[in-house]
Amino acid sequence: MIAALLLIPVLGAVVAYALRSNAHRRAMLVAVAFAHAAVAGGTWASEPSPWWGGWLALDAPGRLFLSVTSALFLAAALYGVAALRRELPGEREDFEEGFLFDNAPEATFTACLLLFLAAMTLVTVSQSFVLLWVGIEATTLASAPLIYFHRHHRSLEAAWKYLLICSVGIALALLGNFFLAVAASGGRGAPVPLVLPDLLRAAGTLDVAWLKAAFLLFLVGYGTKMGLAPLHAWLPDAHSEAPSLVSALLSGALLNCALLGIVRAQQVCAAAGQAAFGQELLVGFGLLSMAVAAVFIAGQADYKRMLAYSSVEHMGILTLGIGLGGGGTFGGMLHAVNHSLTKAALFLVAGNILAEYRSKSTADVRGVLRVLPVSGMLWVAGFLAITGTPPFGSFLSELTILKAALDQGRTGVAVAYLALLGVIFVGMATAVLGMAQGAPRDARGVRGRREPLLSVVPAGALIAVVLLLGVYVPPVVHSVIAEAARALG
Amino acid sequence: MSDGVDAVLICIVLTSFVLVGASRLGTCIRVVALQGVLLGVLTLAAAESVLSLRAPLLALTIVGLKGAAFPWLLSRAVRDADVRREIEPFVGYKVSLLLATLALAASLWLGARLPRPNPAMSALVVPVALFTIQVGLFIIISRKKALTQVLGYLVMENGIYAFGVGAVEGTPMLLELAVLLDLLVAVFVMGITLFHIRREFNHIDTDQLVALRDWVR
Repeated sequence: MIAALLLIPVLGAVVAYALRSNAHRRAMLVAVAFAHAAVAGGTWASEPSPWWGGWLALDAPGRLFLSVTSALFLAAALYGVAALRRELPGEREDFEEGFLFDNAPEATFTACLLLFLAAMTLVTVSQSFVLLWVGIEATTLASAPLIYFHRHHRSLEAAWKYLLICSVGIALALLGNFFLAVAASGGRGAPVPLVLPDLLRAAGTLDVAWLKAAFLLFLVGYGTKMGLAPLHAWLPDAHSEAPSLVSALLSGALLNCALLGIVRAQQVCAAAGQAAFGQELLVGFGLLSMAVAAVFIAGQADYKRMLAYSSVEHMGILTLGIGLGGGGTFGGMLHAVNHSLTKAALFLVAGNILAEYRSKSTADVRGVLRVLPVSGMLWVAGFLAITGTPPFGSFLSELTILKAALDQGRTGVAVAYLALLGVIFVGMATAVLGMAQGAPRDARGVRGRREPLLSVVPAGALIAVVLLLGVYVPPVVHSVIAEAARALG
Repeated sequence: MSDGVDAVLICIVLTSFVLVGASRLGTCIRVVALQGVLLGVLTLAAAESVLSLRAPLLALTIVGLKGAAFPWLLSRAVRDADVRREIEPFVGYKVSLLLATLALAASLWLGARLPRPNPAMSALVVPVALFTIQVGLFIIISRKKALTQVLGYLVMENGIYAFGVGAVEGTPMLLELAVLLDLLVAVFVMGITLFHIRREFNHIDTDQLVALRDWVR
């Protein structure tokens, strides 16, 4: 089953590269996404057997993130059919600076998209720390060409920054792997292989100094990829320049994969009795990320960058949750799910708005509710969901984290958390509601346009799920999230 | 055996110094290639038994990738480019050398304070690895050209790898090869991106990549 999860997208990528016709390729993209989602869904029904001597296996955190990744990819693939159809062929004018540019070949784009899925799947099923590292680095390499789909200098700049900053960050995580290997090399007992179950079992024999150093490197390395401030420099650029469906995957699925790297490291720390060491760091990084995001969201002139900074904020929220421990960890994991689904939906809707208005400036876009009624409604609903308004799921998870902070008597953390959430709510409300309301600049679309189903249904479905999660968390999902949270202590 | 390891480690330090003081792109690429070959030799020298197939195979892969494939890919990416062949540092060569000396001193100090990871291994492994990583990071931030940033990344990888070879034993070979494969693809993708940067901007200076930022419009 795990083999199928990895092989389906890889084979799909090969076929996508070989196919001649764009229509066939898009159909195949959707078919692969459905197949992957079906197998990923199947892992809930029957436990997949470990593969490769236990290097690849699915535990609770892995299953949670795998399912989110697979669901988001399916939504993005369906949306992709509509989005790729409206990409104009050949050279055309850039709407910001007026030069001519063209697209990367669609074969390369689709192949990279599928390899990206394969790499993310590898991350979620890796039990070996080295393999996890290989997977995370592979996600960077597969997604850099995706950012450079529209071939002009801004996306090139974004792709270069992404490639270099993340590669350097992830290189530090490789050093973290080696440090962990030193910690496990048997100063106090037999050498332990760098596989999660073995490490957890023998955590007591690990050398504490090297383990702490390793955790720091993992946090900085994978934190770069996850977009924790102040290591987030690549994130707004990449998210604003990439095609919207890629931004949705970067924000909704990729950041979770990097989070999983940190979760694994924290699991080992907790098993070795050093949970508090990691938790303090996570709380600090979490609050700092929220603060930096709040500063940049307030008065942000570019709505895709605003969504990107909102991702920095939410990575901060769930890092904070995991750092608080106990109920906070549950809240953090639940929030990871809510954030992924909501943010992906918002980026997909932003793609529709961008295609209609041909501007990324918040000030240029007015009257979305009248010009694109469905997208406009989803845009406002997505905004309410992402800022944690009841009855959406993010309200529940953010409240759980707040409760954890108060239960532990950390009033300072709770106050800072609430204040930052408030600032961000106001900042985003100003931008989003301004865009949704008002009169469109020209009268052409005032009557409201019928939008292609595929460009709105995926985002709508994702938001519906977030709404459902706010009202009712199915017991199966609840137990997996609780198990994932328990793994972190 | 430890003498051999020490000699290779000192050679790696020397190549780092040459790199920090070098002014021409071609020289830099060749020095990084040499460092890659040294890393392969280190793998052999640090191997516990010469008879096993593991060390020679790994050494051969490392030399092939870092000594031949990467330099070739990178020179190809900038070949025929109308780039000035000097690397135009933000920080002058003399200051760079001075900083590198300081970094070496700091690494030796830190290496002496850390617990020895592997008592059988040379005491120089940790300081040299830390020093090489610092040199790599320094080159990434202090040089203007995108190509030198890739070189800095490679030097940093070399340092990390030197630590892995010297201090860690028993990583399954398959995993080591997977890591190297990732590195190969990374350099390949970076090479392609370099090629696009050159085509788009007619140069590879990263201080021109400033279109994306907040506030200023």
